[in-house]
Amino acid sequence: MSTLEATRTPDVVLVEPRLPSWAPLLVAVGSAGIGALLWIFGASLALGVFAAFVVFLIVLPVWSALIESRRAAVDRLATSLVWTTFLIALVPLIWLVVTVVREGMSTVSPDFLTYSMRNVIGDAQGGLYHALLGTLLVTGMAALISVPIGIFAAIYLIEYGKGKRLARILTFLVDVMTGIPSIVAGLFALSLFVLILGPSIRFGFGGSVALSLLMIPTVVRSTEEMLRLVPDDLREASYALGVPKWRTIAKVVLPTCLGGIVTGVVLAISRIIGETAPLLVVAGATDSVNTNLFDGRMTTLPVFIYQQYTYSTPKGLSYAWGGALVLILIVMILNIVARIIGKIFAPKTGR
Amino acid sequence: MNSTSIRRAVVPGIAALALLLSACGAGNEETPSTDGGSSDAATGLSGDLAGGGATSQEKAQAAWRAGFQTANPDVTINYDPVGSGTGRENFINEAYLFAGTDSPITDEEGELTAAKERCGGSDVIQVPAYVSPIAVVFNLPGIDSLNLSAEVLTGIFDGSITAWDDQAIVADNPDADLPSSDIVPVHRSDDSGTTENFTKYLEAAGGWSFEPDGEWPSDISGGEAAEGTSGVTGLVTDNEGYIAYADASAAGDLGVVSVKVGSDFNAPSTDGAAKTLAISPLTEGNAPTDMAFDIDRATTESGAYPVILVSYLLACQTYPADQAEVVKAYLEYVISPEGQEAANAEAGSAPLDAGVQADALAILEGITAQ
Amino acid sequence: MTQSPPETERAAKTPQALGDRVFRGIAVGSGGVIMLALAGVFAFLAIEGYPGLSVDEGLYSPATSFLGYVGPLIFGTVLAAIIAIIFAVPLAIGIALFISHYAPRRIATPVAYLIDLLAAVPSVVYGLWGGRELAQHVGSIQVWLHDYLGFLPFFAGPPSASGRTILTAGLVLAIMILPIITAISREVFAQTPRLHEEAALALGATRWEMIRMTVFPYARSGMISAVMLGLGRALGETMAVAMVLSAKPIVTLNLISGENPATIASNIAVNYKEASPDKQAVLIATGLVLFAFTFAINFLARWVAGRSQRRMAR
Repeated sequence: MSTLEATRTPDVVLVEPRLPSWAPLLVAVGSAGIGALLWIFGASLALGVFAAFVVFLIVLPVWSALIESRRAAVDRLATSLVWTTFLIALVPLIWLVVTVVREGMSTVSPDFLTYSMRNVIGDAQGGLYHALLGTLLVTGMAALISVPIGIFAAIYLIEYGKGKRLARILTFLVDVMTGIPSIVAGLFALSLFVLILGPSIRFGFGGSVALSLLMIPTVVRSTEEMLRLVPDDLREASYALGVPKWRTIAKVVLPTCLGGIVTGVVLAISRIIGETAPLLVVAGATDSVNTNLFDGRMTTLPVFIYQQYTYSTPKGLSYAWGGALVLILIVMILNIVARIIGKIFAPKTGR
Repeated sequence: MNSTSIRRAVVPGIAALALLLSACGAGNEETPSTDGGSSDAATGLSGDLAGGGATSQEKAQAAWRAGFQTANPDVTINYDPVGSGTGRENFINEAYLFAGTDSPITDEEGELTAAKERCGGSDVIQVPAYVSPIAVVFNLPGIDSLNLSAEVLTGIFDGSITAWDDQAIVADNPDADLPSSDIVPVHRSDDSGTTENFTKYLEAAGGWSFEPDGEWPSDISGGEAAEGTSGVTGLVTDNEGYIAYADASAAGDLGVVSVKVGSDFNAPSTDGAAKTLAISPLTEGNAPTDMAFDIDRATTESGAYPVILVSYLLACQTYPADQAEVVKAYLEYVISPEGQEAANAEAGSAPLDAGVQADALAILEGITAQ
Repeated sequence: MTQSPPETERAAKTPQALGDRVFRGIAVGSGGVIMLALAGVFAFLAIEGYPGLSVDEGLYSPATSFLGYVGPLIFGTVLAAIIAIIFAVPLAIGIALFISHYAPRRIATPVAYLIDLLAAVPSVVYGLWGGRELAQHVGSIQVWLHDYLGFLPFFAGPPSASGRTILTAGLVLAIMILPIITAISREVFAQTPRLHEEAALALGATRWEMIRMTVFPYARSGMISAVMLGLGRALGETMAVAMVLSAKPIVTLNLISGENPATIASNIAVNYKEASPDKQAVLIATGLVLFAFTFAINFLARWVAGRSQRRMAR
């Protein structure tokens, strides 16, 4: 009995040899040290950081390959790469956000938010109130047009048109639509409304239509992907209970992937809220507040930013950065609201 | 738990914010219609006026709008900075009541004829409204100004003079401590009136061998391009050894070139620019209402600054009854001494010479209702 | 994938059947609206752009024909888009994986949020930041690239000190399309059935093997969609490219000199404003070319994706 145990234990190794849990940390510190040394001995900071990353990406997998196994080494490499991409992506992100906040912070004030640019010249205090309203109205209208069309088109593609020629063509056309340059969308909207309403027409609604052209493909594509991921079991279970197809879609399929759809819609809004060229073409530019989408010129924030930037004065530049900061804040609020909506309506899942 | 209570607060917070935004007008805008319409407006003018065109005029237009709208609170003037070409086109297809253009409207592509048709067959009004010196700006540490002749400028911009300590540059600037680094000439990547006027100057005074145009000649190798005045000045500000041409008001802290006129070197100035326009002849063979100038860019007149951009306003002689008064009043204000002073203060443009001003006002006098 | 509902139900004239017809009608109608809009854009481009194919030769300067004019622009468009995709796709997929499978939840949520914010930055600001801040740093990297890798045609130089090159423009585009690709990839990664993942892990797969075997196959179509959306944006972006790029009508693989081919979209934006009617027609015609080109690229991508899908099925 005792001899049996003694001989068996070394035979059956139930646990592969593994690196200690502090190994990645040790390698990280070590490679950081090498990078720092390089930096001290005269290499540029960027080169030092780069070297540290390379050392880390080589040493850890090699160590792992020696002690653990090849598969574990690949896994460690993948993990380090994923972390690396994340760190790399943070650089421009933080850089950009810091730049905008640094340059825009001093400009944003209650007056800046509630004044328009009407009759503002020289050093007088102006603001972006007119552009803020313009952005909310024009973008809101664009979303009102695009979101239903986009979601229903995606529903058609996934739920009704599966395998049909029409659906294949539509999928393809939506892809093509993503490549329409924004200025072409603006020129198209302008010529469309000029055809209907006469040459002098410039109004916010035209801008909404132009933006819809840019927004719809993003909505369709993201919604389509989310719908595709809803398990068929759910649909079949619903049909089996005698629920008609449209109620299945509305009550089972859509809520299941609502979080993803909301992300897609917010993304699409973010995509268009910063457009300049099409709005300048079809919605014109004004210094004054206009709250009527269907009559008169309307300025939006990006147009305001671009205008201020082209003034190339210190004041113009600071207003431009201030406008950019406000625009980003708006989208941030939008994001939060969308997430809350997604949370409220999404069914409880295991995750 | 904590996050939930924050979430609860966010929604009403946003709702309140939205309400606040939509509830009131802009803090600095008066609401003229609420206190009994236009009775308190001295002039009794009202209405919306739509124009647009040259981006060069944008800042000046802001000053004019502000001045005119302050005097006439019931009027709203809009100016779309869509560019000269689009401005002319929109004037012709009646989208705009007036338009700003950097290059005078001509009949090369039939635009003048079309514009005449738009104006009911009567001649189109074209008056200079915005005269601005174009500065040649550069970035060399410790050097604020350089003296350069048109020939040297041509050499720098067509790539035949490549170093800052080139003999041609040193000869005119014996005191400057010029580095031996490369000159990087910067031009506009977009089609612009500034480029057109600058190359016209080089052609007239410096032996520029390319066709002057709004687009930079692509045969020249070397140099860099940037979009818009802001892009150009930004590029020069960020990089030593770069040189570019840009509206003088955008020069900021950059070094500025004094160009050779006769035997003097003149720095860009509004007086010099106005003087150049005043001594330039009108284009021959134009209609009496057309004040397009043949700018004398090779002038040797002392005190003149010949690198200028002249931007014009286009209008008709007759307008529908409800528009004629406002258009006339606005354009007259633009040309008037007050208007020109306002543009000078805001955009750094050169106020029109008294003689030119009088001629232009006489033409605008002829705007009538149909 | 989706089964039709039982036939009997469709036949019955119940309110549900009516609801189904209405719902289906709206869905088909939405698809129709999209087609109509696209046909409208195409018609607009064709009508307005057609005269631009044969105007006075001087307007095609420096080329003498429309093809000569549009050639360098197509080249520049593709080059910028390729650079953007090369940088953005691996990064975006890495970040998406990080958010969905690697990061602790406490980090993942704010990161996802930050990346989404990046999508909201207006292109003008990207242009401003890219031209004034990023370009400065890329400029010094370019000098380094030229010194050590100058034998490659891409880094032949002379390097532009200002950094306003197609490399910088491509990088800015990459950052602009990063959030789109990340957001969609992340959502599809997160939707991978838990059971598949756990089955893989239970069989002894490492985390990476699990991702390769369960997540990627499941998310293929979504990832392709994400990349196509990003590519579309990269092809059609106007202001940011216009503000960053020092452009000239040439064809060159040199990524780091001060003379770079412009992209079609930025060329339209930059030159449309001041153009005479004939020149505007030329520019719109280049828009038509971009349209046709997007068409072709999508066609190709679908074909490639379809082929590899068949191969996988085999």
